[in-house]
Amino acid sequence: MSVRLQNQAFDPGAETNAFLDRTGGGGAAVTFTGLVRSTPDHPVTAMTLEHYPALAQRQLEDLHEQAIKRFDLIDAEIIHRYGTLHPGDPIVQVMTLSKHRHAAFEAANFLMDTLKTNAPFWKKEEGPSGTKWVDARESDDDAAARWQ
Amino acid sequence: MKVLYFAWLRERLNRDSETVDPPASVETISDLMTWLADRDEAFALAIENRQLIRAAIDDELVDHSAQIANARTIALFPPMTGG
Repeated sequence: MSVRLQNQAFDPGAETNAFLDRTGGGGAAVTFTGLVRSTPDHPVTAMTLEHYPALAQRQLEDLHEQAIKRFDLIDAEIIHRYGTLHPGDPIVQVMTLSKHRHAAFEAANFLMDTLKTNAPFWKKEEGPSGTKWVDARESDDDAAARWQ
Repeated sequence: MKVLYFAWLRERLNRDSETVDPPASVETISDLMTWLADRDEAFALAIENRQLIRAAIDDELVDHSAQIANARTIALFPPMTGG
């Protein structure tokens, strides 16, 4: 499966190894893993990801197809979690495979920049001062816009 | 038609969906939001900053100008914050 939405945790290393096992002759593979962040100035104890299943699947499949075509990839995979997560837990992983490294790096960047603002997930953070929906960031819109 | 709500919009409205039957004069997503807000003060408050609200028709992302005739499911939600 090239796009996976799941409630269960995933093992980033095992997913990367499984992806690398099917290389199909490509010379460059990139893995990006997004984790639940918690820092001293913004402590988070838990994060809940709400999603709109049918649209999320559709949007991620569409972005996956766009990435393959645009960067001439040999393969790509997107894994995105929903449900309740904790600091350090992997939220998302994108893996790209191409002949040469530039396309693999660019495609991973494209996938992350575009899925942040185009895939229907919403993060709610819990911390010492209560719970709060994460605001969309203008910098994320700018990052997505540069691929248009 | 069924209307779905997500994230803080769902929480502000205190419901995740409802079935509505707008008149034929309600043609677009924008018209639908106006019609829903006119009927329900809580809805008007919840979508106070209307430009922020994103929409989908039958699981496809659309603009506020999209026509809603023949739609089975419409979703309204805040800006997405995945990744």
